[in-house]
Amino acid sequence: MADRVGTGPGRVLVAVYGLFALSATARAGVQLGTKYGHAPLAYLLSALAGVIYIVATVALATSRRRLALGCISVELAGVLAVGTVSLLRPSLFPDASVWSGYGSGYGYVPLVLPVVGLWWLARGSRARSGPVPPADRGEA
Amino acid sequence: MTQWTATAVAVGSLAVALWCLVGVLRHRPVQPAQFAGMAVVELLVLAHVGYGVAYLLRGDRPASLVTFIGYLVAFAVILPLGAALAWLEPTRWGSVVAMSACLVDPVLVLRIHQVWSGVG
Repeated sequence: MADRVGTGPGRVLVAVYGLFALSATARAGVQLGTKYGHAPLAYLLSALAGVIYIVATVALATSRRRLALGCISVELAGVLAVGTVSLLRPSLFPDASVWSGYGSGYGYVPLVLPVVGLWWLARGSRARSGPVPPADRGEA
Repeated sequence: MTQWTATAVAVGSLAVALWCLVGVLRHRPVQPAQFAGMAVVELLVLAHVGYGVAYLLRGDRPASLVTFIGYLVAFAVILPLGAALAWLEPTRWGSVVAMSACLVDPVLVLRIHQVWSGVG
């Protein structure tokens, strides 16, 4: 069903988003709590990333398509912007944020995840606006 | 944190991950026996967490206490959460979720060891 964003392959997306929500938020929480002054910008950005992951997880799990689209778009913009700035001005990031180096510290999953997420949402809305041609329905 | 439970969790969870991969390839949801396998691995996980807590109670301290406790909590909940999500998704995608959760466990064992000994 097209409206079911969080089922089928979407459930895998929910799982991975949940994992990142947990790890990014916990890590940022520890860093902000124990050594805020060391790299405030990186830690605050990690916390922001964590919050976005949490909202995206909930939006995907509860099939709130609009909210999910908004979150994942911000996330993609964030990882591209922070990734670029962290390479051009490394002095701003004495410690890594989740999105530094386009998420290289997390195996580039933070970069791949929003792309996959947007693709999944786009695929669903296309299916909703009309029958999916058989060629599009097959397993990848 | 070099306990037999670390090896047991790593080997056990990788074995169950492979088992779930078979389900993914055969387009099958997670089977009851596979849920049981995840439960066995979770018992090993809890034993490992128990060792960690015992170390702390004995007065030993990891390089970063808060991070260590955070990892122990995440370690304890990740497999049950993955299993719950796989239960809600009785398709091959449930098998993908279960497999992913199993693959996270060895990474967490490694991270817990690193955080304890102060590497990274």
